[in-house]
Amino acid sequence: MDRVPVRGAPHVDGPYFTQTRRMFTMKLRNAATASAAVLALAVTATACGSSDKNDSGSSGGGNIKIGIKYDQPGLGLKQPDGSFAGFDVDVATYVAKELGYKPSQIQFVETKSADRENAIARGDVKFIAATYSITDERKQKVDFAGPYLLAHQDLLVKANSTIAKGTDLNGKKLCSVTGSTSAQNVHDTIAPKANLKQYSGYSECIAALQSGAVDAVTTDDSILAGFASQDKYKGQFKLAGLKLSNENYGIGLKKGDTALEKKINAALQKMVSDGSWNKAVTKNFGPAEYKNEPAPKIGVIVK
Amino acid sequence: MFDFLQGYDVLGAFWMTVKLTVLSALGSLVLGTLLAAMRVSPIPLMRGFGTAYVNIVRNIPLTIIILFSSLGLADIFGVSMGASDFAVQGFRLAVLSLVVYHAAFVCEALRSGINTVPVGQAEAARAIGLGFGQTLRLIVLPQAFRAVVVPLANVLIALTKNTTVAAAIGVAEAATLMKTMMENEAQTVLIAAVFAFGFVVLTLPTGLFLGWLGKRLAVKR
Amino acid sequence: MTSVLYDAPGPRARRRNVLLSVLFSVLLAALLWWVWQALDDKGQLKWALWQPFTTADAWNTYLLPGLWGTLKAAALSMVIALPLGAVLGIARLSDHRWVRVPVGAVVEFFRSIPVLLLMLFANELYAQSSNIASEYRPLYAVVTGLVLYNASVLAEVVRAGVLALPKGQTEAAYAIGLRKGQTMTSILLPQSVTVMLPAIVSQLVVIVKDTALGGVMISYAELLSARSTLAANYANVIQSFVVVAVIFIILNFTLTSFASWLEGRLRRGKKTTGAVLSPNDATIAGTAATGAGGGVA
Repeated sequence: MDRVPVRGAPHVDGPYFTQTRRMFTMKLRNAATASAAVLALAVTATACGSSDKNDSGSSGGGNIKIGIKYDQPGLGLKQPDGSFAGFDVDVATYVAKELGYKPSQIQFVETKSADRENAIARGDVKFIAATYSITDERKQKVDFAGPYLLAHQDLLVKANSTIAKGTDLNGKKLCSVTGSTSAQNVHDTIAPKANLKQYSGYSECIAALQSGAVDAVTTDDSILAGFASQDKYKGQFKLAGLKLSNENYGIGLKKGDTALEKKINAALQKMVSDGSWNKAVTKNFGPAEYKNEPAPKIGVIVK
Repeated sequence: MFDFLQGYDVLGAFWMTVKLTVLSALGSLVLGTLLAAMRVSPIPLMRGFGTAYVNIVRNIPLTIIILFSSLGLADIFGVSMGASDFAVQGFRLAVLSLVVYHAAFVCEALRSGINTVPVGQAEAARAIGLGFGQTLRLIVLPQAFRAVVVPLANVLIALTKNTTVAAAIGVAEAATLMKTMMENEAQTVLIAAVFAFGFVVLTLPTGLFLGWLGKRLAVKR
Repeated sequence: MTSVLYDAPGPRARRRNVLLSVLFSVLLAALLWWVWQALDDKGQLKWALWQPFTTADAWNTYLLPGLWGTLKAAALSMVIALPLGAVLGIARLSDHRWVRVPVGAVVEFFRSIPVLLLMLFANELYAQSSNIASEYRPLYAVVTGLVLYNASVLAEVVRAGVLALPKGQTEAAYAIGLRKGQTMTSILLPQSVTVMLPAIVSQLVVIVKDTALGGVMISYAELLSARSTLAANYANVIQSFVVVAVIFIILNFTLTSFASWLEGRLRRGKKTTGAVLSPNDATIAGTAATGAGGGVA
């Protein structure tokens, strides 16, 4: 922005004086009308903005708020018609059903990776199913039910790519999300000489992979499989199948809420035993040659 | 009290900010002058192009331009700016975007400077027999230049601050480092204070000096 | 056409101009053709990539909510920043040193640091030490950053607007026995509003543009971050950028046109009071104001 008087502001000295003296009959009314219009616009904006705030909190009005991701196909994706789809969404819906909520009572909330602990601690959401790996560090702030899926850090490459192991990445172009542990792993141990591009979201990485700007994208295989099995990418990519790490996806909930944890664990067990778990996996990760791990045992974390 | 600075290259980040600023300032001065020349030229088509450029670029957020340079230009069109290393590439893309964006404002600053020179000045110059080159060199441009110092200084200061937008494509400048530090360290307020101080140091003296210069040089009318 | 730079063209100059026009249009056409070829080469002209924007879903699910986020943050910031800026601006004009100096320092401080820094800081501060729900935190942070910055800018607008009034106004007000406060509220401010309005509307463009920063850096749900979700669904990066950029251009161009219309109207209003403006007057008042466009940052 302009720093000195700003455009629109006339010079202090100079012939402007003569001019202002002439505008004694102020056009104040016009000015007032205009500013009133601006103000009215803004006030409506505020009013509407705050109106949807009433039903915040976790237990209000028989609804349940569940945190998911909005931008990860196969796990949690906001679809063009406004509905949500993905494995996390299916798990969350199933668990909510077991807790006694109809699908219409579920309100999905976007919880970005960095916000997950805070959202739980403040009670913004009842629980979170958003590619949430169980780690010791996170366990200090939240409790986890599950795990409900065992994923691994992996590489997504073009279908005809020759990259087959981690060290092949040295000197290659690699994409991951800013500040992610996957990016850190590559940098520290797997292939320190890889040329790493970092974006704020995976879809940007996938676009770069498709156009050939990068040679591989790295993160959890479940997320990669979700992208690879989207219709528009079908057949273009493959997973390298490297199992560079173990990621135990759990359902995050408020620390100390053991009653809820037990209920969710029971729901997850039922989901596996009645076959819904397998169905959800096939439906969401099917087409990407994703060899999923068998359903994990509740409470058993694979290090 | 300032232990949290350990392990972070704050000076290096600000050096990146300075490099972005200087290179983009030079670039946008060149492109902006070209555009301004078009906007005041006697050829309608060039004037139209200049006007269109300014009006389009000025109304797009810089964030869009910078993001597009990376996601669109580099990733899809394969414009790698002659760098295979992504850090270097990001820096060059950021400079390119900053130049494209600020050139519009440089152009407007220059044009407004030329407009402050009354037509009578040129007419008088021609009346006493000066040629086109002489009129421009001896009469018009010296006056226009003086009127342009303050608006250009404003663009330079805005440019300095706008380099932070390069954080959107991960260029390792001040805002990127501040974000990382805030995520990892607890002293939010102190970290913010350090970076705010850095920008005050970068922008305030420039503003004061160029403001003073502008006033000194101003043509009293 | 005559300008300060050149005279009305003679026959030779006309010939040269025509030649340059032709040359320039060839260059321009070549540039356009090259861009078109590049798009075609990369398969970016395929209708399937543009088609989503003709569906209601793309607009209802992504773009319109995003646009709403942009407008909401911009409007809130303006409404809060304007009165705050007025107070700061007036305080900076105070006769008391102990008011003027600290306020001046605050204003100068917030004007010299990037708005992105303010947003990042506010976002982090709210995350650590406030009860704001995480869905609303980005909005709060974006508005906080924009308010702090733009209030300082508007403070300068207000100050300049008041200073631009002739001294006689203040003197006359004192002469008829008004106090300092009365002089400000009933004489100076009402008159300077007209002077300031175009600048204020232009500042709105700056605010609208800066909301995009919040979208990218602190995941506020506005137009630019809606673009990213949209592109994740339709895999049309270039196309979504083009559409979003066009929306921003239309929005801001409307605002800038409104600003220059307002300015022209206000200026004409003055003219009708009788006296004639010398061209010199017009340019001096004009250069500061004619930039009917968004500010730099």
